[in-house]
Amino acid sequence: MNYDLVLRVGTKLILPFILLFALYVQFHGDYGPGGGFQAGVITAAMVILLAVTCGLELAQRIAPWGLVQCMVPLGVLIYICTGVMGLLLGNNFLDYSPLAHDPVHGHELGIFLVEAGVLITVAGTMVALFYAFVERGR
Amino acid sequence: MLAVVTVAIVRQRSLFGVVILTSIYSFLMASVFIALDAMDVAMTEASVGAGVSTVLLLATLHLVKTTELRDVRVNLMPLFVSLGIGGLLVWGTLVLPPFGTPDAVIHKHVAPRYLSESIKETGVPNVVTSILADYRGFDTLGETTVIFTAGIGVMLLLRRSRRRKDDGDAEAPK
Repeated sequence: MNYDLVLRVGTKLILPFILLFALYVQFHGDYGPGGGFQAGVITAAMVILLAVTCGLELAQRIAPWGLVQCMVPLGVLIYICTGVMGLLLGNNFLDYSPLAHDPVHGHELGIFLVEAGVLITVAGTMVALFYAFVERGR
Repeated sequence: MLAVVTVAIVRQRSLFGVVILTSIYSFLMASVFIALDAMDVAMTEASVGAGVSTVLLLATLHLVKTTELRDVRVNLMPLFVSLGIGGLLVWGTLVLPPFGTPDAVIHKHVAPRYLSESIKETGVPNVVTSILADYRGFDTLGETTVIFTAGIGVMLLLRRSRRRKDDGDAEAPK
């Protein structure tokens, strides 16, 4: 299939900036608006944009089916493991206080891990949904 | 503007147009959230409602026909149901305190504690993040599980039927 040259070049130019923005939203979520959910959707949007403008093959070389499928349960596992870690260290489920030397740092770390889990699951699910629909249509 | 877009969605027969109008509706909704100072919700609405769901709906349209069939009968029941429920909801809002009142019940329960203590307790300046990921961590775990379940469900549905089609194609030439 032939794809429009302007769109292809334009997409490849803005692709790294989309990913950078997603990471900014993810890691700056502690200080400003944003967080794992939004960052995950932006990451997925990057892959979907690439698939729409440059073809599914290229997108699947960057984010192959297997990786995307692994990401969906992996995020939930990270989330649950963070919760269980608090449980094993002698507190309640999802209590992040014992994760670091003092409770405040523990909470920061816990929130960071949980947000990472949300990011992975959301990004994986969105891309997987898109792949499933597109492959069905072929 | 929201009302205009809604009427346009209902009147529109081409499903492609409906999808685009739904995307516009989501963007308008995101602007409403920004006006209400809910930046996190606005971001989610703009990225999920206007971005990804539009793409997914377009991908669905790729699989099915793009014009809606005209309904032969005029059915008044849904109109009455939606008007009735809408009326009940408006009636329910009449007893709520005016918008933005500082001494409303919802601002006196746990909100002040979250606002004053969350930086000290979690070290995270964005209160929305600390509530979502820490105080209400169990709810967010549930949300993540819902997304996970939905994704797995759609993947199973679409992939299995594709494999059946492949089997059919493989058997056809014999």
